[in-house]
Amino acid sequence: MIGVYHYMTVAAILFAMGTYGVLTRRNAIVIFMCIELMLNSVNLTFIALSRHLHSMDGQIFVFFVMTVAAAEAAVGLALMITFFRNRESIDVDQINMLKW
Amino acid sequence: MYDKLWLIPFFPLIGSIINGLLGKRFIKSEKAIGAIGTGAVFLSFLVTCRYFFQLLGDTEKVHQQVVASWMSVGKLQVDWGFLFDPLSALMLMVVCGVGSLIHLYSIGYMHGEEGFYRYFSYLNLFIFSMIMLVLGNNALVMFIGWEGVGLCSYLLIGYYFEKQSAGDAAKKAFVMNRVGDFGFLLGLFTIFWTLGSHGIWTVNFVDFSEHGHLLGVGSTVVTVATLCFFLGATGKSAQLPLYTWLPDAMEGPTPVSALIHAATMVTAGVYMIGRMNVLFAMSPTTMGVVAAVGAATAIFAASIGFAQNDIKRVLAYSTVSQLGFMFVAMGVGAFTAGIFHLMTHAFFKACLFLGSGSVIHAMHHALHHAHLDDDPQDMRNMGGLRKHMPVTWATFGISCLAIAGLPFFAGFFSKDEILWWAFASTRGSLVVWGIAAFAAGMTAFYMFRCLYMTFYGKQKTDPKAKDHVHESPWVITLPLVVLAGLATVGGFVGVPHAIDVVHIGNKLDAFLAPVFHHTQELYQIEAHGAASTEIMLMVFSVVVALIGIGIATTMYLKNPELPAKFTSTFSRLHRVVFNKWYVDEIYDAMFVNTTKQFGNFCWKFFDVKIVDGIVNGVGKVVNVLSAGLRHTQTGLFQNYALAMVLGTVVMVAIYILN
Repeated sequence: MIGVYHYMTVAAILFAMGTYGVLTRRNAIVIFMCIELMLNSVNLTFIALSRHLHSMDGQIFVFFVMTVAAAEAAVGLALMITFFRNRESIDVDQINMLKW
Repeated sequence: MYDKLWLIPFFPLIGSIINGLLGKRFIKSEKAIGAIGTGAVFLSFLVTCRYFFQLLGDTEKVHQQVVASWMSVGKLQVDWGFLFDPLSALMLMVVCGVGSLIHLYSIGYMHGEEGFYRYFSYLNLFIFSMIMLVLGNNALVMFIGWEGVGLCSYLLIGYYFEKQSAGDAAKKAFVMNRVGDFGFLLGLFTIFWTLGSHGIWTVNFVDFSEHGHLLGVGSTVVTVATLCFFLGATGKSAQLPLYTWLPDAMEGPTPVSALIHAATMVTAGVYMIGRMNVLFAMSPTTMGVVAAVGAATAIFAASIGFAQNDIKRVLAYSTVSQLGFMFVAMGVGAFTAGIFHLMTHAFFKACLFLGSGSVIHAMHHALHHAHLDDDPQDMRNMGGLRKHMPVTWATFGISCLAIAGLPFFAGFFSKDEILWWAFASTRGSLVVWGIAAFAAGMTAFYMFRCLYMTFYGKQKTDPKAKDHVHESPWVITLPLVVLAGLATVGGFVGVPHAIDVVHIGNKLDAFLAPVFHHTQELYQIEAHGAASTEIMLMVFSVVVALIGIGIATTMYLKNPELPAKFTSTFSRLHRVVFNKWYVDEIYDAMFVNTTKQFGNFCWKFFDVKIVDGIVNGVGKVVNVLSAGLRHTQTGLFQNYALAMVLGTVVMVAIYILN
């Protein structure tokens, strides 16, 4: 029988993978995808717990998260394009002017 | 009754305010300003006269008049109160009487000076402060007056503030007076707390007299307290070791020297001891110190007077010396004699100063007329002025006779009473008498030296200015004549019993008895001896004075070449005396320079190194720390994200493990 713990475990694994990707990858697009992965793992916990607790709150939150994620993707891709026009690259190692 | 006593200080205060605030812009006219200033003091004098004569006819001699409550702290109640008794009445007569004359004189002397209104405002403020000092029924009101006269003295010494020397002299006077005031306050605190520990919380003089015995006769605490008070007196009354400001105070206008630095303010110390005579009488040690300091000052200042050429400086040292006589009187328990000498000294010394002012005024105009830069105060430029200034000469001469103590002039009676007490009092001693008698002879010498150098002999003024020396106008000569008259007959209020052939009686002694006799009886202070001894002593001191005059006559009148010969023979001694025994230089080296060095140490070491060091150090530490810390800011967002994740993991871990 597949219970709420299984969903939680899968979500945790997905979240850890996403975090690892965000911290280690250089390509901004891949980092973006990793962030999406993290968001979706959280969505998964919301849905699972919503069902487990018989409450609709979690599902409403998921809609919000998906909306924000879509908006974020739009803004983020626009930033990428601007950045690429300046540097001809989307390597995050080159985005380091915010210091000292 | 005595319920309008407040009018006495009221008039000068109002006069001061009117002249000070309106004088420059609205009144302007010298005549009006002078009239307001002089009139205010003269009104005070009239009120004083009225109450003085009322007191003469009154059987009850000590009157306290409370105007308003000042403060009430715990068990202490301090009032704006006046104490009108024979001592303060007599002192007020001197202050307001001589004060009025000197105000009148000032109208002539200060004519055409810039800041005429300022001068009269300060002078009235001085009279107000002096009246508060004299009339206050408790030590705090007296202290207000005490500080007030010090302030006015400072303002008036520095009247010609554009002159560096005048500003310096004013500061010197103020600082030295502060040293004395410190002593006054310490003495007051000591008495206050000690009496308080006996349950009597008061600063009132009448209470002091009544309960003073609680402190214990001859106890350490009363000795310490009175010595502190005496330190205050040495500051205000220019005694050793705090006398050096008074000669420098001659930078002020001459009427100021006459009023403040001869007749009234500098006698405040003597008055204060008279006011607290019960406390002083309780400590024979303090009395001994007072007499010793007085005698030492009398002879020391007289010796400096020998070699000065500035006419006002001679008179200044003479004042210091005469104040020494008054302290001798206070120290040997001759309170009446001290106050008597205070009064006669006010007459003849004010007259001498005003006379010198008249001379300086005339010399200044003559030299100015001839466009010369000679010093109008230097006696070496004078000589033979007798013909040009007969009134000044006559009054100056009479005052010289009075100060020298020739028979039947005012100074004779007061000085001989002091000498008699120094000789015969239970608190006196032969040494003090000997020093004082010798100083009296020296006084006669240097005063006649001054008289001869100024008015006799060949006129040494520059020929161009010679014939422009004229007698001063009536506003100047009238006070001179009045004061000279007082210096002649003023002594007859205190004729000693021994030579009282026509039975005038010692009026002053009887008048002041309510203030002093109780103390003198309580502590067995009396002068006892045969009348013949007293007469012998008088003859002796007259002979000493005549010897002094004789030497002066030989040296400065008969053989004018003698002094030069004398100074070249004893050139080293003359140089030391001429430079005032180098006391100023010694004080500079000992106190002024060490204070300056301490100030420099505080500034250059403590302030710059330590205070600034701490402030700059804190800044530097922050700088160094942040220089290290800024390397953690890489600008790479993944580093920040890693930190965030690690932080979250740690927090969650703590949450779970707990």
